[in-house]
Amino acid sequence: MQSVSRRTSHYRSLTLTAGFAAMLVLAGCHKKAAAPPPPPPAAPSAEAPTATITAAPTSINAGDSVVLSWRTTGASDVEIEGMGPVASAGTRNVKPTESTNYHLIAKGDGGTADATARVTVNAAAASNMSEGDVDDNMFHQNVKDIFYDYDSYDVNSAAQPTIAQDASFLNQHPNLKVVIGGYCDERGSTEYNLALGENRANAAKQALVTAGVGPDRLRTVSYGKEKQFCTDHSESCWQQNRRAQFSVDR
Amino acid sequence: MNGKPAKQLTPLKTLFFSLIAFSLPASLHAQDWVRTGTNLGVEKIRLAAANFKPGTPDVQTGALKTVFDTTLFNDLKNAGVFDMVSKSMAPPAMPGGPSEMNLGAWSAAPANAAMVAFGTLAVNSGRVNVTGYVFDTKNPQSPQILGKNYGDTANEENTRQIAHHFADEIILRLGGGVNGICETKLYFVSNRGGNKEIWGMDYDGNGQHQITHLGTISISPRVAPDNSRIAFSSLGKNGWEIRMYSLVLNRMVSFQSPGGTTLSPAWNSDGSKIAFSSSRTGDNEIYVADSNGAGANRVTAFRGPDVSPTWNPKSNAQIAWVSGRTNLPQIYIMDADGANVQRLTDGGYATSPSWGPNGQFLVFSWNRKYGPGAPGGQDIYLMDIASKRWIQLTHDAGTNDFPSWAPDGRHIVFQRADGHGTQIWSMLADGTEQQQLTHDGWNAMPNWSWK
Repeated sequence: MQSVSRRTSHYRSLTLTAGFAAMLVLAGCHKKAAAPPPPPPAAPSAEAPTATITAAPTSINAGDSVVLSWRTTGASDVEIEGMGPVASAGTRNVKPTESTNYHLIAKGDGGTADATARVTVNAAAASNMSEGDVDDNMFHQNVKDIFYDYDSYDVNSAAQPTIAQDASFLNQHPNLKVVIGGYCDERGSTEYNLALGENRANAAKQALVTAGVGPDRLRTVSYGKEKQFCTDHSESCWQQNRRAQFSVDR
Repeated sequence: MNGKPAKQLTPLKTLFFSLIAFSLPASLHAQDWVRTGTNLGVEKIRLAAANFKPGTPDVQTGALKTVFDTTLFNDLKNAGVFDMVSKSMAPPAMPGGPSEMNLGAWSAAPANAAMVAFGTLAVNSGRVNVTGYVFDTKNPQSPQILGKNYGDTANEENTRQIAHHFADEIILRLGGGVNGICETKLYFVSNRGGNKEIWGMDYDGNGQHQITHLGTISISPRVAPDNSRIAFSSLGKNGWEIRMYSLVLNRMVSFQSPGGTTLSPAWNSDGSKIAFSSSRTGDNEIYVADSNGAGANRVTAFRGPDVSPTWNPKSNAQIAWVSGRTNLPQIYIMDADGANVQRLTDGGYATSPSWGPNGQFLVFSWNRKYGPGAPGGQDIYLMDIASKRWIQLTHDAGTNDFPSWAPDGRHIVFQRADGHGTQIWSMLADGTEQQQLTHDGWNAMPNWSWK
């Protein structure tokens, strides 16, 4: 019970403090830990403490272990947040199940120093998380748009692997609801493009349903050429606009 | 000559006809079958519109008289059935009434007028009073064709409407018995307020005003035959739905829009039915419902987009629409219950049909060379439904779409996107007399009122 609540609060604080960066990390982006803030000005009478902490490796899959190594000087009171008091220097094996900040705090007569090591747990473990933890960045990292041929609403062979990956993620997050936007390039007629956009969104929906995603989780909206993603008058731009775009339906 | 049945054209003939089409001025495209069917075939009467005589000496009279004279002349010129005597060739006289009319001066060169419209405009106690006449210069014994009196609160707008009213009387009397369109309205989409909203204006582009304030994307306005409501399509939280605005109550009123992407409403000519396109089966199909949206019946059932219905206003028994069932969109017609489907266009990218008032013609937007790497022009075309003969009405001028017939069968309003942005234009139904009606912002999808 205690460990559950601690993990929850730990995760919440991670979400709140690390915010956007943490989400990128969660999604599998290997980001280096931010540089520790400069130590506070030392009192003239005592040596200012120093603190360093490293994790190796910094990126793992769930279940793998990580070696934390830390070292402090000038501190009488050393703690790693969430792990309690520790020796002034040492190593320890940990097995985080979620991406975690290991926060080392060294307090001494000369003041306080701290350092953080961040361990990223790769997205393969994401299926353990609840739906509320899926934000737009993470969603779009995992559920990619698909693109259509000129004047077509068939899900072409190039889009099939994308649909398979999209469906896999959605099947791992069975409570996520998705809105599928159908888009067209700038050419052609407004009303026809809205109907075509609906056909595109619906074709993407059917492809996901075939791949096991429940139809009641999928809502389609056509945007036709009303909300262009790319506004140049070129084929590469038109191709970007001929798409079905997936978003979290909130 | 470029209006042969489309299905008989061989590639060589197509090339030949296109060459001819590009080498002739637009006016020569107006062929007899078009002129007859569009009421433009009447003999053009040589008509003069004299400047009206000021009945009172004040400043306001002068200002309103300028509005009146300009509006009346433009209305008669726009009608498409008169050979107007230019103001510079007219005698300088301003006859205010029958006793001041010197018919000889108007029938002689250079005016050579067969008919003269003239009269008096006065402002008394805050009211503008107009007395207008039309005289036949060839019949000095009994020259009066028309004599009318109008009065209203004196302001520019009322004066303009009086001129429209008098012009419509003249057009009805001298233009082959067809009602004029000077008092009709145009509804369209404009982004001038920041969002795409429904706007209205007079037929000549005056009095442009915003009607809806929904703050989303609203498109495809279609006004009811009795001018009481505007049906349109609007993007809401759950996608596109048909919505209804009352021009009587000046507010939104209810419409039972089915679920799914619901687009392109179309009134039948007695106002009892609305056809539209809805994707409630997952694929956009044409439905027909009562005018409040109740009792929707599906009338098409083919894979592919079906959208943009328009009723045959003469019979209300047929619907033309756009279908992508063979890939690129084509124009089709069917009975209103979905039977007797016929394809009308033979290729390219054809959209936005509007069925003409006498039931004989469709106008629509067509890009005959549509495709990657072969960007053709998107132009307005007119087709005789029975024979499938067609002519091209716009040439080499931007991207043209959303034609809509005027109730007189002589005029068409449409949208054109060119170097000056996307704007509303009108023209005669033979493609001549093209004029730009809007200039500010983005303006599109015009719809001409039924009366």
